[in-house]
Amino acid sequence: MIAFLIYKLILCVVVFAISLGIAAYSTLWERKLSALLQDRVGPDRAGPFGLLQPLADGGKMFFKEEIIPNVSNRFLFVLGPSLVMLTALMTGAVIPWTKDIYVNGHLYSMQITDINIGVLYLFGVVSVGVYGIMIGGWASNNKYALLGAIRASSQMISYEIAMGIAVIALIITSGGTLSLREIVEQQDAGLANIVWQPLGFIIFFVCALAETNRAPFDLPECEAELVGGYHTEYSSMKLGLFLFAEYINMFISSAVMSAFYFGGYNFPFAHELYDALGLHDGSKWIAIIGFGAYFTKIAIFISVFMWIRWTLPRFRYDQLMKLGWRVLLPLSLLNLAITVVVEFIRGNITF
Amino acid sequence: MQLTNRSKVVSNKVQTAMEQLYLPGIIKGMLITGSHLFKRRATVKYPEETRPVAPVYRGWHVLKRDENGAERCTACGLCAVACPAEAITMESAERKKGEESLYREEKYAKTYEINMLRCIFCGLCEEACPKEAIFLTDRLVDTEYEREDFVYGKNKLVEKVDKRIDVSKRQTLEVAAFKKLPGLKHNTVWEGKNLNKGKH
Repeated sequence: MIAFLIYKLILCVVVFAISLGIAAYSTLWERKLSALLQDRVGPDRAGPFGLLQPLADGGKMFFKEEIIPNVSNRFLFVLGPSLVMLTALMTGAVIPWTKDIYVNGHLYSMQITDINIGVLYLFGVVSVGVYGIMIGGWASNNKYALLGAIRASSQMISYEIAMGIAVIALIITSGGTLSLREIVEQQDAGLANIVWQPLGFIIFFVCALAETNRAPFDLPECEAELVGGYHTEYSSMKLGLFLFAEYINMFISSAVMSAFYFGGYNFPFAHELYDALGLHDGSKWIAIIGFGAYFTKIAIFISVFMWIRWTLPRFRYDQLMKLGWRVLLPLSLLNLAITVVVEFIRGNITF
Repeated sequence: MQLTNRSKVVSNKVQTAMEQLYLPGIIKGMLITGSHLFKRRATVKYPEETRPVAPVYRGWHVLKRDENGAERCTACGLCAVACPAEAITMESAERKKGEESLYREEKYAKTYEINMLRCIFCGLCEEACPKEAIFLTDRLVDTEYEREDFVYGKNKLVEKVDKRIDVSKRQTLEVAAFKKLPGLKHNTVWEGKNLNKGKH
């Protein structure tokens, strides 16, 4: 029992550290990639190739003056960014990072918890994340912040619907399981889900952009109209938490997308490779290779997120709503209908 | 009722089905930005590399010494008169006995200041100088935190005895010949003997 707790605790800390580390280096990579896309050099002064830049940024954030407006609701003002950060970090709990490892005859799963409603948990936690932004924006007692918060919540709620329906279609094709682990394991045996759900993937991807408040859907923090949006009044590390949570969300949604549609830690000809290397199930090398494959996918997704940000201009608010309700929602319903019909014909579902 | 035929039909095209899909357009745009990943950076990482400048670049001035190490400037003030930006000020002083190795002639500049924020680096001071004392060089003026620090005194302008600054690129035979034109009588003091040695 103690050993189990220690192992889970270590796993929690590792996932926590990886999430924060990836988020920190995403900020650097974002700046670097944006520079490369614009024929610039990007940060290269702090450490070799600018690798210490996240530390410098974090240090700067910590030493900034902490301002809490007089007219704000102090408790909620502090609660907002904390909630955003908390929910961003909580989502990592159900993601299967890599294959199980056998150590001394014990099977260790590389997933903090394999709950059978993993997908539902993800969606639940992500929707609680809206509360953080909403509370933070409202507690600031600032019109810009409030408008940003309203935009954020309406946008996230609108896009969650299309996203949810796209995922329902995915769940139908993977045999009705809500466990992320089983969804990933199924793609090990067969093809990756992208083959069966290309439209679903595009819908999910667009919605993921909107859910993480990334460009071209970054209206909540639209600096041209709303100064800073929901974090107008925030300074110091509380602002840092908001900005950091965005990168963690980006990391987690990349991880979820690779797990849902691209087979997570599986990759083409994985079994052939393992056989050629003489590795057996439960070997730590399989776990490491799988982890590498998973992180390659995640890195590609994060880069594409950034690539899109530095290519596309921001949507207008009515265009955003139109896209969400009048394009993505009908498309996702269509996708769901087609999936149901096809799966019914194949005999995978019955009424 | 149409009064004139100057009215224009405003283009308000309806999007085609392909355009309404947006995805091809988005991918096209992303390929354009993506292609910039492989283009040459325009950045010059300044302290480590500098942009190449012409050999006759007009930058940070130098007050030259003669071949014995004595300052050439006699504080005549012609440079200050020639300066269109009024960036040059100086105070003159008389040379004392025993200072012959320091100053070339009986009068010298006690202080000599150029305000680098006023200077427009036109090179007219150099042209006006009858003693071949002031030259512009290809050194860039440093950045400073205070405005006062941009007023360069003799400590920054006069060349060091052991670290001579080569101005032979700017002081060519043609330049010397130009300076000897009848209209520029004051320059006949200069004999042009050491022109090719680059030591002035």
